[in-house]
Amino acid sequence: MTANVLSVRDMVVTFDDFVALDHVSVDVATGESFGIVGESGSGKSTLLRAVAGLNTFSAGTLSINGQSYSGRSRSKDFYRTVQMVFQDPYGSLHPRQTVDRLLLEPLAIHGFDNVDQRIMRALDEVGLGSGFRFRYSHQLSGGQRQRVAIARALILEPKVLLLDEPTSALDASIQAEILNLLEQARKDRGLTFVMVSHDLGVISHMCERLAVMKSGKVVETVTADALESRAFSADYTRQLMTASEGFRRV
Amino acid sequence: MTDKLLTVEDLRVSFPTRTGEVQAVRGVSFTLGRERLGIVGESGSGKSQTGRAIMGLTPKHAKITAKTLNFAGRDLLAISDRERREIRGKRIAMVLQDPKYSLNPVSTIGRQIIETLKTHERISTAEAKARTLAMLEAVQIRDPERVFSLYPHEVSGGMGQRVMIAMMLICGPELLIADEPTSALDVTVQLEVLGILDKLVAERGMGLIFVSHDLRLVSSFCDRVLVMYAGRVVEELPSADLSKAQHPYTQGLLNCLPTIGTDRHPLPVLDRKKEWAL
Amino acid sequence: MSAVQLNEKPYSREWLLSEQPTSRHQARLGRAYVIWRRFSANRLALAGLGIILLLILVAIFADVLAPHNPVQGDLRNARLLPPGTAGYLLGTDDQGRDILSRLIHGSRLTLFVVVLVAIIAAPVGLIIGTVSGYAGGWIDAVLMRITDIFLAFPKLVLALALVAALGPGIENAVLAIAVTSWPPYARIARAETMTFRNSEFISAVKLMGASPFRIILRHVMPLCLSSLIVRVTLDMAGIILTAAGLGFLGLGAQPPLPEWGAMIASGRRFILDQWWVAAMPGAAILIVSLGFNLLGDGLRDALDPKEAGQ
Repeated sequence: MTANVLSVRDMVVTFDDFVALDHVSVDVATGESFGIVGESGSGKSTLLRAVAGLNTFSAGTLSINGQSYSGRSRSKDFYRTVQMVFQDPYGSLHPRQTVDRLLLEPLAIHGFDNVDQRIMRALDEVGLGSGFRFRYSHQLSGGQRQRVAIARALILEPKVLLLDEPTSALDASIQAEILNLLEQARKDRGLTFVMVSHDLGVISHMCERLAVMKSGKVVETVTADALESRAFSADYTRQLMTASEGFRRV
Repeated sequence: MTDKLLTVEDLRVSFPTRTGEVQAVRGVSFTLGRERLGIVGESGSGKSQTGRAIMGLTPKHAKITAKTLNFAGRDLLAISDRERREIRGKRIAMVLQDPKYSLNPVSTIGRQIIETLKTHERISTAEAKARTLAMLEAVQIRDPERVFSLYPHEVSGGMGQRVMIAMMLICGPELLIADEPTSALDVTVQLEVLGILDKLVAERGMGLIFVSHDLRLVSSFCDRVLVMYAGRVVEELPSADLSKAQHPYTQGLLNCLPTIGTDRHPLPVLDRKKEWAL
Repeated sequence: MSAVQLNEKPYSREWLLSEQPTSRHQARLGRAYVIWRRFSANRLALAGLGIILLLILVAIFADVLAPHNPVQGDLRNARLLPPGTAGYLLGTDDQGRDILSRLIHGSRLTLFVVVLVAIIAAPVGLIIGTVSGYAGGWIDAVLMRITDIFLAFPKLVLALALVAALGPGIENAVLAIAVTSWPPYARIARAETMTFRNSEFISAVKLMGASPFRIILRHVMPLCLSSLIVRVTLDMAGIILTAAGLGFLGLGAQPPLPEWGAMIASGRRFILDQWWVAAMPGAAILIVSLGFNLLGDGLRDALDPKEAGQ
């Protein structure tokens, strides 16, 4: 029985009067790839950001590796364990910093040694050669930027990777490359993934289990296999499945 | 039956930049009757610029040339600005991607639609309002009176896109260019909006150019598909024959998408060949 | 380990514009070069830069360039001579001092005022603005109300009050002007900070465990710098005029210092018959202000973050 590396119980997040998360509970086992699917306003990104400490939650509990966290305060240990890849490759890299500087920052904050070696290795791992090391982010394509974002997330050697729609802003062919890269990284490092997306195809490809969210609540949690064999119960899940199959002239 | 509405031959669009000339569209040719044509490509393929060149929305400093760019008998490259303004909206219309950015945020929805009408037709405000309300109903907005006096930020994305469609179709154009009309919408809302578009285009016998990055969506919605890469058309085929695509880029595009049910680890990745960009 | 060939000659144009820089140094120089190219495409901006460089050179070599003593004149023979008189290119004032020499030495004072005010006011405004914008909440409210208090005073009035309290003199004038100049910089820095505060690259750095201090210093401030540089440059014309105003009122530089504003003040009496005593320093102020304005405009176009991506 693998312990749960991430456990969320009855989490509530409100922004003024708007309830973004309404008593949401989610468990992710160590080494698992867990997906969260929903449309805009479902609260999927809010959940991820609350886990990361970027949003406060007003009620409920959060525990990572047995350690409890509340509000926005997270320990340095947390940041060594949990890292995040954001959605927008054009917004998640500092516009005035080179790739080298971007990768240096987490290492400097946590006092790592062998900085040069680590940076080179990180770039290699995401398929970017050393020629990219001193480029600025505006000199990189969307796919290259997302690779840098992944390198940055992995350079601290976390155990859990939170992925907020990592390929939504990318072209289909680039998406395939990035998804492959993520899968390879997961295999090599034994990572736990918590991936958020609106695309059922991407989630069912990358994840073993998934939660379907709507309007701040978890509608149901199914395995990817169950999704494929249409063995789900909720109406909304069925709606999402139909929608993902494309347009059909009535 | 399908009299040629639009004829494009060897369309080229290029932009002068500090580091040389960037050729966005390099010799695109196709014809369009009263049918639906999809133009599919990734970012940088030139698909949006093609649509904008037909509409006359390319920035002034760009260079547009074509052997033929003919809409219903008029040469779109030779007409004056005034004539182009008359055609735009009245005979060719364009629906853009995100209603958040394509609708005027400081004007109510009703006023914007009336403005479109009055630009092209000499009618009274009362009559314009009546037609606006009728059009809002035609795009399946349940309470048109209420939506009439709302501002764009007060409606959801799906409704905003329906308003955009209403605004663009109200003058009864013959050709509609839709540039990623559903890409900014949620998946379930996408199908609703596409259904409305489908119905209206069929009812009015319009020609439709559907520009998108989503090959599967386009092929399920359109009769014919043009696949663009690096400014050129690499393949043109009827939607029904999509599975028999010849060009490796089209095949690659079809194969690289993760779908429910197909289990390929790793996903087949597009191997971009230099010859495609020549 | 991929081998990157250095086929460009170091520091050549191709090296600077290389798409694959091989060191931090090269990347930074390359970026500076791109900005310079954008700046130098604007001829007016280059003219502005030229004027300012001239000002700096004149100030540095004042002792060598000035033909006569700026503070001691020939009372007996050279009072109020018109421009073009032999040896006195721009004429002399009522104390027989060569106006050209006074202008040349006065450039030092002008530069002194402008640089000192910029050095004092800009960092203060930057720090207050970024902290205020990033922290939000009551810190923001308190800092902004303090800023409002300083903004509420007309510059010249507050400067007058300070100088009256501290005593006349150019150092006090500089202090007084600096004290009234920082609020707009704080406002600009705050506005810029607030646009970036919730962006994903800041969230990413927070998620690495960076302290707010580190985030502000290393991530937010560099982004505010371009707007601030442009604003400070454009303000310099105003600073010169305020210093001139204080000098005109006798509260800035004290005689016999050849401060341009004070020169205009003392030349006022002769403006009808010996116009050059007031007009020459006035023209100098005009040219230098124009230079700073052109330079600031050029910098704004060159540093515009929207274009910085190309």
